[in-house]
Amino acid sequence: MDINAGATAWVLISAGLVLFMTPGLAFFYAGMVRSKNVLGMLMQNVFAMGLISILWVFVGFSLAFGGTNRYIGNFDFAFLRGVVGDVTKAADLPGYAGTLVVPGLAFMAFQMMFAVITPALISGATADRLKFGSYAVFIGLWSVLVYSPVAHWVFSPTGWLFRRGALDFAGGSAIHINAGIAALVLTMVLGPRRGWMKEAMPPHNLPYTVLGMGILWFGWFGFNAGSALTADGLPAQALVNTHLAAAAAMLTWLLVERLMAKHATTLGAASGAVAGLVAITPCAGYVNSMSAVAIGAIAGIVCFLCLKLKFALKLDDSLDVIAVHLVGGLLGSLLLGFFGDKSATGFGTDGVFFGGGWGLLADQAVAAAAVIVFSGVVTWIIAFGIDKTIGLRVSVEDELVGLDQSQHAEAAYQS
Amino acid sequence: MKLITAIVKPFKLDDIKDALKAAGITGITVSEARGFGRQGGHTETYRGTEYKIDFVPKSRLEIVVDDSEVDGVIETLKASAATGKIGDGKIWITNVERIVRIRTGEEGPDAV
Repeated sequence: MDINAGATAWVLISAGLVLFMTPGLAFFYAGMVRSKNVLGMLMQNVFAMGLISILWVFVGFSLAFGGTNRYIGNFDFAFLRGVVGDVTKAADLPGYAGTLVVPGLAFMAFQMMFAVITPALISGATADRLKFGSYAVFIGLWSVLVYSPVAHWVFSPTGWLFRRGALDFAGGSAIHINAGIAALVLTMVLGPRRGWMKEAMPPHNLPYTVLGMGILWFGWFGFNAGSALTADGLPAQALVNTHLAAAAAMLTWLLVERLMAKHATTLGAASGAVAGLVAITPCAGYVNSMSAVAIGAIAGIVCFLCLKLKFALKLDDSLDVIAVHLVGGLLGSLLLGFFGDKSATGFGTDGVFFGGGWGLLADQAVAAAAVIVFSGVVTWIIAFGIDKTIGLRVSVEDELVGLDQSQHAEAAYQS
Repeated sequence: MKLITAIVKPFKLDDIKDALKAAGITGITVSEARGFGRQGGHTETYRGTEYKIDFVPKSRLEIVVDDSEVDGVIETLKASAATGKIGDGKIWITNVERIVRIRTGEEGPDAV
């Protein structure tokens, strides 16, 4: 098919927007850790921009979007072979049947930024105690062995979940459930921070966190509306839905927080907005605007209530990746089964509330469960393997002195 | 010569400085301190979980004065640092054996 100039411009810009989310996430997280671990956190996030980008063009993209196998891509596009082609022609990737109107490289670059941020999301759960070298090995293996296959199942039209009819507009299951369950399992293997539940570990710089939230929200327009891969009413609806869900989730989070914990906090405003953004991600182009408000509102309440989960599980999910990404991703994926509304954009499937019956919800549940089981098991194998060989955790002394000094020989703040 | 040390609430610092200046005190040294007394710590809430913060931020004032000025400074501090609520702080007085002005080498009351 011929290239559509508007769509190509929008997807290229969206690649930049999504890339910007990773440093945004870095600041969102870095503000919440103690001052001796700021650089460790920033580094784990920005390092993904280096490592995962290279792995993606070597094999990651090919394993996600090459070939017609239902469960895993192939090596047809390894080292970007065959992705460039005629610069005047749109990508002709397996399964898309000529529906893509952007160049292969634009599609590849846009998807690369998703691959970059997904493992970086996990770093919030393991804050302050994961050895840098082991983190590097972990996300490298995880990206190739977990992210690429799951992206293939969900995003590629040849993937088995896609073929079943499961919908994921921009990565509710492939990204948020996937990273969320990985965070849970990695935390299980890694153990809690020294002193967790005994000493206070309050955020050291909430202004960073609010700044990071702003960058994430901005970048999320590219994440969700860019996933339309077109430049028409579909990305417009996705952008509006994204914004409304974030806004509604911020409000409901703050309301519940004010009622249950006495104060409306800035950390609550930032966390609520991100929870809404996560929840709307799978739904963005498949629901109408008022449903987006409802989905965001539900996410703000449910994600806040799920903050208690980590205490019940006795898992030191330090920056609440489980409550925000795993629960938020699950909520969005399942709520799509209720709020799916084909009349909104002409895409997607009608859910329970729009006369579509329970079929979509069942497909969404199967997709969520499949990702949880696969990602959970493979993450555990990778984490266990690393722990038994080079070790996941820093030494006691290194943990006490902080990651900035012990892992990077630097200090964020000179006194 | 006496050293007057006072631990006060940081937000009262400007009032205290103005009151001391008005009372004719020519110099004070201020440092940021953290600690707890009978007031104890305070709680902060992050994502619905309460944290007990044991050490509360305080300001520490150091003033060296002639013996005759001690009572006046104490009264000024009591008046300007008080809020009437728990945690207003403390004042204590210690003897100073010797004091030297670095620039001129002056000693004793002349150096204050």
